Amino acid sequence: MDNLLFSKTHEWVKIDNDIGWVGVSNYAQSELGDIVYVELPKVGDEFTQFSKFATLESTKAVAEVYLPLSGTILEINKELVNNPQWINESPYEKGWLVKIKIKDFKDKDNLLNEDSYREFIEKEKENI
Amino acid sequence: MDKRLIFEKSEDGRENKLVNPPDIPLIPPESIIPKELLREDLPLPSLGELDVVRHYTNLSRLNFSVDTNFYPLGSCTMKYNPKVNEDIAKLKSFTHLHPYQPENYIQGALKVLYELEKFLCLLTGMARFSFQPPAGASGEFTGMMIIKAYHKLRKEKRYKVIIPDSSHGTNPATASMCGYKTVVVPSTKEGLVDIDNLRKLVDEETSAMMLTNPNTLGLFEERILDISEIVHSKGALLYYDGANFNALLGITKPSLMGFDVIHLNLHKTFSTPHGSGGPGAAGVGVKDELKEFLPVPLVDTKNGRYYFNYKLKNSIGKVKAFYGNFTVLVRACAYILRLGEEGLKRVAQHSVLNANYLREKLKDTYKLASSNRCMHEVVLSCVWQKEKGVKAVDIAKRLIDFGIHPPTMYFPLIVKEALMIEPTETESKSTLDYFIQIMKQINDEVNSSPDNFKNYPLTTPVRRVDETYAARFPDIRWKKSGV
Repeated sequence: MDNLLFSKTHEWVKIDNDIGWVGVSNYAQSELGDIVYVELPKVGDEFTQFSKFATLESTKAVAEVYLPLSGTILEINKELVNNPQWINESPYEKGWLVKIKIKDFKDKDNLLNEDSYREFIEKEKENI
Repeated sequence: MDKRLIFEKSEDGRENKLVNPPDIPLIPPESIIPKELLREDLPLPSLGELDVVRHYTNLSRLNFSVDTNFYPLGSCTMKYNPKVNEDIAKLKSFTHLHPYQPENYIQGALKVLYELEKFLCLLTGMARFSFQPPAGASGEFTGMMIIKAYHKLRKEKRYKVIIPDSSHGTNPATASMCGYKTVVVPSTKEGLVDIDNLRKLVDEETSAMMLTNPNTLGLFEERILDISEIVHSKGALLYYDGANFNALLGITKPSLMGFDVIHLNLHKTFSTPHGSGGPGAAGVGVKDELKEFLPVPLVDTKNGRYYFNYKLKNSIGKVKAFYGNFTVLVRACAYILRLGEEGLKRVAQHSVLNANYLREKLKDTYKLASSNRCMHEVVLSCVWQKEKGVKAVDIAKRLIDFGIHPPTMYFPLIVKEALMIEPTETESKSTLDYFIQIMKQINDEVNSSPDNFKNYPLTTPVRRVDETYAARFPDIRWKKSGV
């Protein structure tokens, strides 16, 4: 959980120089329930910040996943296709979705740190 | 009960040998069918007539339907379907028709289509209807293709479709199928379209807004006239998803709310037994200026004769073979004729009354998704129960033990732990009271023994299934063991 940034749509990104690892938060996976199918983008695809790049299907619903920073897909977690449960079991490690080359670091200003994200989901829990 | 498949019940030598050999000359299959399409054997089960009768009779007794139990499946309008509709749809003069019969021989059938169209125009304020689409989603697709053709003819480049975050999943799917980009407008805390947000989203690139009214929270979009004004001010059109039209029958019309194109789920609102894939039928209605875009043919009259009119200037073409699911249309027509204007109005009034009765009686036990009074369906949120470890799905499974079909779950997506309950107008007060009593009893069980909920239902031939495993490793085809 070190140095993770979060979006209000419950994705996380871990930044290492100009590379970012992206996944969905623990809160997101618990709300979605058991993930049964994962649709990931192609390596080389480009996305702007907060645009849809992947789809997760759980027994309850289909959820769209938005890229927390603009960038190009460098690698996808192919293992998830056969092991979608990793997103539930290990959302911050084995359940990562994609690795991206970050395009614009200014995008970071639109994200939340861990503490503000925690506050944000507390507030969200009050609304239904 | 013996739960084996019919293939597993097979015993050599039990098969019926009574079928006579054919009395026409046999042709070797190899002489007319390509080799790669031929198979060595056909492993049909070997059973006696009695074995087969028992197998299917027992299966049929497991059916769960509106005719056996309360079925409050939200957004699906599982109302009772009067049997008189079935009698009429089964008349030989309808079932023995062939779609290629000349118009002269099918005047009665054409009259049904013509009259049904007139009735629906009266109820909705639309100018004309097509009955070709065989399902609600197909109706949406047809309606949106009409909107696309309209903009194209005017040489306007519009690529966005606005859809509320509470919409049915078929709305964004339809927009995508028609080549549009979906733009989501959020809901307010009360569950209605956020008007200020909508104003920012609608622009000259917007083709249409798709809207269900009452929406999926069972709420009437009170600011529908503002919505219509915003959408039309930029030259976009307003599409009505008629999934919830049951609440408005005879009370108001989509045309008065500014809708340009609509679809009605005739199998739902106008009573055909439906569910799990059909049969369905959608009527797609349009305002006068869009009628030339409808699929062909329409039914018109000339000198007192009904005929198929293929001459529509801007028709989007056909969306299904022939004229749609005809007998569903017959049922809709019979239903309307039997109830009449006053009867249909009572349908809407009672469906709204029944939903509000449930809402009022259950509001202290289950959290309401909206503080607004509802229309024909009410959405509850099981968040209070979830704090004790029992989820909406667990409550739904427990309802089965009491002979009640689970409500729609986890929809609309904007409500956590949602149970979406649509009692419909055909349920009596005593059925509603039974449902209320069971819902309260289940809540008591949540408080006293939450751990038991993992095991429910207890009374079904197949108990709690592992839905996650089934979705991850679907096994949907029978294979002979050992193959």
